[in-house]
Amino acid sequence: MNTMNMLDKTLDTNTTKITARDVNVYYGDTHAIKDVNVEIAANTVTAFIGPSGCGKSTFLRCINRMNDTIDVCRVTGDILLDGEDIYDKRVDPVQLRAKVGMVFQKPNPFPKSIYDNVAYGPRIHGLSKNKSEMDEIVEKSLRRAAIWEEVKDRLDAPGTGLSGGQQQRLCIARAIATEPEVLLMDEPCSALDPIATAQVEELIDELRANYSVVIVTHSMQQAARVSQKTAFFHLGNLVEFGATGQIFTNPEDPRTESYITGRIG
Amino acid sequence: MPTFWLVVVLLALTALGFWFGRRRALASVQGNPRHLHSLPIYYGANVAMSIAIPALLILVIWLLAQPLLIENRVSATIPQELIPENTSIGLVMSDVRRLAEGLDQAVDQNVMTTAETLALDASTTDVRELLGTVGVALGSEVRPEVLAAAQSYRQLSSTGSTAMAVVCLVLALVGFGLSARHTNKEFRARNVVERGVLALLILAASLAILTTVGIVLSMLFETVNFFGLHAWTDFFFGSTWAPNFRGDSELSMLPLLWGTLYISAIALLVAVPVGLFAAIYLSEYAGPAVRSLAKPLLEILAGIPTIVYGLFALLTVGPLLLNLFGQGENGILGLSWMTGATSVLTAGVVMGIMLIPFVSSLSDDIINAVPQSLRDGSLGLGATRSETIRQVVLPAALPGIVGAILLAASRAIGETMIVVMGAGAIAKFSANPFESMTTITTRVVSQLTGDTDFASPETLVAFALGLSLFVLTLGLNVLALYIVRKYREQYD
Ligand SMILES: Nc1ncnc2c1ncn2[C@@H]1O[C@H](COP(=O)(O)OP(=O)(O)OP(=O)(O)O)[C@@H](O)[C@H]1O
Ligand SMILES: [Mg+2]
Repeated sequence: MNTMNMLDKTLDTNTTKITARDVNVYYGDTHAIKDVNVEIAANTVTAFIGPSGCGKSTFLRCINRMNDTIDVCRVTGDILLDGEDIYDKRVDPVQLRAKVGMVFQKPNPFPKSIYDNVAYGPRIHGLSKNKSEMDEIVEKSLRRAAIWEEVKDRLDAPGTGLSGGQQQRLCIARAIATEPEVLLMDEPCSALDPIATAQVEELIDELRANYSVVIVTHSMQQAARVSQKTAFFHLGNLVEFGATGQIFTNPEDPRTESYITGRIG
Repeated sequence: MPTFWLVVVLLALTALGFWFGRRRALASVQGNPRHLHSLPIYYGANVAMSIAIPALLILVIWLLAQPLLIENRVSATIPQELIPENTSIGLVMSDVRRLAEGLDQAVDQNVMTTAETLALDASTTDVRELLGTVGVALGSEVRPEVLAAAQSYRQLSSTGSTAMAVVCLVLALVGFGLSARHTNKEFRARNVVERGVLALLILAASLAILTTVGIVLSMLFETVNFFGLHAWTDFFFGSTWAPNFRGDSELSMLPLLWGTLYISAIALLVAVPVGLFAAIYLSEYAGPAVRSLAKPLLEILAGIPTIVYGLFALLTVGPLLLNLFGQGENGILGLSWMTGATSVLTAGVVMGIMLIPFVSSLSDDIINAVPQSLRDGSLGLGATRSETIRQVVLPAALPGIVGAILLAASRAIGETMIVVMGAGAIAKFSANPFESMTTITTRVVSQLTGDTDFASPETLVAFALGLSLFVLTLGLNVLALYIVRKYREQYD
């Protein structure tokens, strides 16, 4: 890990995209997220790191209200997207999710063709006027997700027939095809080889020009490589949040330090 | 020895063998089970299996085969002129069997000794009256030939039973001896027991298949008889169903098939949308409170006997439809399409109601089996719930749902009671859903009830109809399998 390189990374912008205030999440009696306050900037890649089960996925799912689909899950506190409370009664979660896309921890391609998987979102939101435009969207998305070369000859084959890593990239392509403003990625490279990982990281960096990206990862190197901001979660608490260079070189909290250096996790 | 005691003795031997095998295995290693190839119970199970399985198998086969063999031999001794006109040897043989049973009972109840029964003479004793005293009523006077046949029947049965007991016991003992000799620490009892379990499972599977084959064969046999008496062209291609007992019946399956398919189609038109939508509501929208109430209620609906649905058709739905589409209570809509309460529509609607819980609870299970992650994926892309259901959940569940619908169709085709009470009994081709019609199943019942003569085409046609029904439902099931498989290939 090149420390100097990391420190050099500048934060291009300071506009806040997402603000979380005193967010608590309960699964029945389990208190999964405890008083989390965080500000996620626009045009930034934010990494969530922390030991398994600390609530990274849970918090990520709060940002596009995917937790609504879990019966026992209860969210309190405010989450603002562009200054608007997304848990307000007037907010339609369906529209919210079109703006805040998500790549899930487990690849979940639909039992449809590869083409239809990618075209799913654009079709629902009417993003293309005709077939050739749709073809373009599908190709562009697959290319950006670094899977086009592997599947271009079998777009009609079922997406479920791909390998685990290919499925993961297909799901990334599916998520970026709808052009969300915020992209939430839950361990998007967990099943990828180094080459595909590098390509996805390139994509993430590219996406930063237009979107905010939040990425959950278990790889410290990856967090250091792709993100400008890092949040460290531990047992449901947001222990530390700050510039990535700062967190990795000079953490304030002893828990952060021991996690990064591999002593807890 | 009565069969019951034979089985008890065999089971006791088995238990003894288990205990003995276990002990012997342990003894061969001086009580230290670590030196055995298998756990001690496997040695016990091996001995028990060697005792029980061959003996019980032979027992079952013997019990099935003996009556057939004896029957054959005895019926060959009955002179031809003893068979009354228009009946078969079967009737005489049933007299013989009854007489033989009666004599056995007389011995059991100590009315006579075995020697006395053997010395009976039909011309001097009134056998019918004698057996009346032990509670066996005979249909007619006993003729000497019948008595003789019954005596030889008893003779053969008792010899057969003794032989069976001896053979089974010998087999059991041989099994005991052989397996006990094998039992030592090197013997791989675990593997042998494993193979025994496999054989047991295969036996169970083949029994199920053999029963089906047996049913089909028995139907096929009578159907062939039917086609010997009646032209098959009329059955398959005729246009009229008009059985009568003067001998010039027209027995065509087609009007009945038409009625069956018409009523089933209406039933599916009712059941599939309602059942499917109910399932979608229950599995995708309803909260846990509603679900915990509605699911058991639907299941109760599925448990209502069809005769109750038949009453519902007869007393409620029929008159209601008559009020709507006919002149019942002077016709609410002022139409006169319907003239009687029994109609295709009545039966179809009620049958559809019967099938709703069937379709919905099967579909509900299938929809619930679609992984949540697929729904999350779709919702996460900004799809609404109904879009998610239409484009992701239902396609993923489709093979299962098609299977459920075809199962419902099989049930509709095989349904009898609702049709009897709701659709009437007139066989005809008509596209008018307000007319009475009838189906294959109800005609099978009506051809076989009452005074039946198993040599006339009017009765035997029931078997041909039953077989056709079987082929129809079989075809549906094969189709269901095919569809399910096709989708599997596409998406797995
Ligand atoms: N659907 C659920 N029902 C009940 N409890 C849940 C549910 N999902 C998560 N939890 C609990 O919430 C806590 C946080 O889980 P979460 O999935 O957010 O962890 P994570 O940080 O993403 O872990 P990992 O790195 O292993 O993915 C865990 O203790 C987990 O048991
Ligand atoms: Mg997680």
